[in-house]
Amino acid sequence: MTLKVTLITGRTINQGANLENKTSSDYMDATAYCEVNSKAAGLLGKPGNVRVRTEYGDVIVKLKENNGNPDDIAFIPMGPWANAVVDPDTKGCGMPGFKGIPAEIEATDDRILLMKELIARYK
Amino acid sequence: MAVITDALCPFCGCVCDDITVVTEGNKITDVKHACKLGAAKIMGHHRIKEPMVRDDKKGNFKEVSYDEAIDAAAKVLAGSKRPLLYGWASALCEVHKKGVLLAEELGGIIDNTASVCHGPSTLAVHEKGLPTSTLGQIKNRADVVVFWGCNPVQAHPRHMGRYSVFARGFFSDKGRKGRKIVVVDVRKTDTANIADEYIEVQQGKDYLVISALRAILAGQADVVPAAVGGVPKEQLVKLVDTMKAARFGAVFFGMGLTQSQGRYKNIDNAISLTTELNSFTKVVIMPMRGHYNVTGFGQVCAWETGFASAVDFSRGAPYYNPGETAANDLLYRREVDAALIIAGDAAAHFPANSVRHLAKIPVVQIDPYWNPTTEVANVVIPTAICGIEVEGTAYRMDGVSLRYRKMVEPTHPTDIEILEKITERVREIRGE
Repeated sequence: MTLKVTLITGRTINQGANLENKTSSDYMDATAYCEVNSKAAGLLGKPGNVRVRTEYGDVIVKLKENNGNPDDIAFIPMGPWANAVVDPDTKGCGMPGFKGIPAEIEATDDRILLMKELIARYK
Repeated sequence: MAVITDALCPFCGCVCDDITVVTEGNKITDVKHACKLGAAKIMGHHRIKEPMVRDDKKGNFKEVSYDEAIDAAAKVLAGSKRPLLYGWASALCEVHKKGVLLAEELGGIIDNTASVCHGPSTLAVHEKGLPTSTLGQIKNRADVVVFWGCNPVQAHPRHMGRYSVFARGFFSDKGRKGRKIVVVDVRKTDTANIADEYIEVQQGKDYLVISALRAILAGQADVVPAAVGGVPKEQLVKLVDTMKAARFGAVFFGMGLTQSQGRYKNIDNAISLTTELNSFTKVVIMPMRGHYNVTGFGQVCAWETGFASAVDFSRGAPYYNPGETAANDLLYRREVDAALIIAGDAAAHFPANSVRHLAKIPVVQIDPYWNPTTEVANVVIPTAICGIEVEGTAYRMDGVSLRYRKMVEPTHPTDIEILEKITERVREIRGE
């Protein structure tokens, strides 16, 4: 099934601890995931990976559960995977839309792209 | 073995000044008192060893000398009609000064990471001012602390222990027991889990909730509906009562306000609420600044140009208009034709749309570490790490300036040296 959510992105301690270690698997582990609550994860069938799709792009990330999230909120730590799907419009004040993006999430068997592969898509 | 005490941490805006660093030879072997973020930075990661260049961004880099890389960087910038100089937050104020000079020399645009962080807060401060204080005043006096759209447990791990929640101060000797902690957020974060009161707002509805709080504070609770932005009216009334009853209240806010619908208007409204609360008691408000010296860039840029960020020199005099001259505005419009990215990682922290344009234009990167910006760069110049290998000045999130000492000797040239040489070479290329 496809889950409709509001996507937010933000800092986490593991994302920050690997801020200068972005070529590592630790950084990928710390940022290439999407958190929803266990009810939402159950609706998706609790897959390993999910595809997160917005009007601005799509990205494959690992699915994680966090019951602090309301039913309709999904969270991806800030970084290249989150930024593959955020809103680039700065709304007249310089700030892109890193929070509050309508998104669809579905289970996938596809693998997560490495940082270098992800950025290579833009070249 | 040498032990350095009371060292400053060069990670987040807390700028913790009680770090102990142990060195052997010219290597850091241990860090004490730092959080996970600070310890990771001070202990270090794999560095870029030599300068590198390439013409084709899909091709491999070739290692070159510093002189060759500086020449290549200067040619990119001198040949650009509209260069963007972006980053700066992980560098010291002395670096910022050289950066502003280079931007002026080039007639380019200089912007810092506040663009994707607290840039909207600066816009709000233009509108309303900022009733604020130092972190020391909050540590010594605050008995009510509100965290709105921020999560210090994850992003500023020692903030609560040193300044805002658990810290014992002159008039707050009971520490956590003497403080009421309120968290307002769209999801129950780790910070919310240690709060006395958690208020869950529907995503993007902060402006409405702040407006409702202002109406209640103004004695107009009758116009407030039963729930606003998902928050029951009773909870809003209770928060206003809590704030009014404070001896000293402190509001900290983060990306939950600056990046959500309303952007700077959310902060504008929160500052107004804080100002109005001062008719009843003492309340201050402060942004939770991310990088350790993102505040410092705003200071340096303001005293050098009159504006805190997003400054365009193309007219021959500083011009500032976020929404038009901030980094993502320029990349969104495909307007810049070259970029210098220093002490910040645009390709990791900008939307894909912006990174696509960076991948199409010549990019010079000055940074100690390989990161996504390296992946789209043509010229890469590794430098010494500010605050660890380079001494200088930074501004804590509350605007207090602090002096960093060296922990070890640099193994690479400093950002200051590189920027000076690039500026000199740009002048030569332009025949000045």
